[in-house]
Amino acid sequence: MQTPAPFEYERATSVDGAIASLQRLGPEARIIAGGHSLLPMMKLRLASPEHLIDINDLAELAYIREDDGMIRIGALTRHVELLKSELLARRFPIFGDAERVIADPVVRNRGTIGGSLCQADAAEDLSAVCSATKAHVVIRGGEGERVVPMEDFHVGPYMTAVGAGELLTEIRLPLFPGAGSAHEKVERRAGDWAIAAASAAVWIEGGSLSQVGIALSAVGMTTIHLTRAEELLRGNAPSEELFAQAGEIASEDCSPSADGRGPIDYKRHLAGVLTHRALRRATERALQTGGVA
Amino acid sequence: MNVTITVNGQTTTNDVEPRQLLVHHLRETLDLTGTHWGCDTSNCGACVVLMDGQPVKSCTILAAMCEGHEIRTVESLEVDGRLDPVQEGFHERHALQCGFCTPGMLMTARALLDENPDPTDHEIRTAISGAICRCTGYKNIVSAVRWAAEHEAAAEQGA
Repeated sequence: MQTPAPFEYERATSVDGAIASLQRLGPEARIIAGGHSLLPMMKLRLASPEHLIDINDLAELAYIREDDGMIRIGALTRHVELLKSELLARRFPIFGDAERVIADPVVRNRGTIGGSLCQADAAEDLSAVCSATKAHVVIRGGEGERVVPMEDFHVGPYMTAVGAGELLTEIRLPLFPGAGSAHEKVERRAGDWAIAAASAAVWIEGGSLSQVGIALSAVGMTTIHLTRAEELLRGNAPSEELFAQAGEIASEDCSPSADGRGPIDYKRHLAGVLTHRALRRATERALQTGGVA
Repeated sequence: MNVTITVNGQTTTNDVEPRQLLVHHLRETLDLTGTHWGCDTSNCGACVVLMDGQPVKSCTILAAMCEGHEIRTVESLEVDGRLDPVQEGFHERHALQCGFCTPGMLMTARALLDENPDPTDHEIRTAISGAICRCTGYKNIVSAVRWAAEHEAAAEQGA
């Protein structure tokens, strides 16, 4: 039987209360939301927090809405809500692409976007999705809020910019004209982690790529942000030739390791092909909506 | 700590260790052994129960997290000797062999039909994609869920 080591449990009744508990209990306290990453790690003794602070009652952290020129997603929003959201399907269809292949529907009833990002597993899909869509995350602590861009959020494997006594509360996706986005993943079987996955977002104005975001899952120690490929594409008209070049950069700039999911050369190949496909599909979507999402 | 949960319509309060998982709470504390304890890693789906109507894997939820929530287990499907249509469907279409995955399959199917009374075969397959049957019985399981959907629809029309 796999059972976590003993810990003290408390249920937060407010965001400020959860942060106060984190600060009072110190580094051996952890937040639990969906628990589908943390509890398995606790069973395996990869994590042994002495206190769990359950934030599942904090309904004020579960929402997807558009205001102030951005999409705001509460950290406690569950995968199932991201998959069903008509707003996200219209503004950022990349979320639907990713959510359909994250774990299985029963797991998606519990797991949350905040938990996924804070777990900071390099094979996790939403971190790449949020990197590609140029998301910013809101981190709240005792001193107030700070807003951190995704490129500064993951500071290492399983490590994020969320500090001691702080809580991730919101993900913000900026809205610009001509947006299109897509996520492409190859896995061994339904619901598995990616062998490799690519997220792409494009913004097309006046026939050229005004902004591009590309990120890879499962082919490095952290989510890989393909800045070199983004720079290559930015300012140019979208074309198959450019997308192929971006794919070549993806193959070069990733750093996969060989494991049961495949050897290094296969994963590099996949990173390139999936980057190309994600850019192609993101562009098709941007052009279909005529630049107005 | 004391935890109060409504299980199959009955509210129970028990002293539990915070680390106790819901699946063990159901099986050992409440003696509801219909819910099976399988892979322990949220992969196999044998332990699926409904939490506020939604299917969840009870090996990956603490009993303490269920305080104030409603849990439904496979024991609740049969009422006064009448099987739930999903149970009848599994019987009619021979959708189990060893039976280990069956409680999770039944609860997953029940939740699907509650939300979508007329699912396509693809929707059924997607819904049960988080549940593993090692007797290779998926074809009959899909057929059983369809049987239940058709008979529920017919029963509603007849009512």
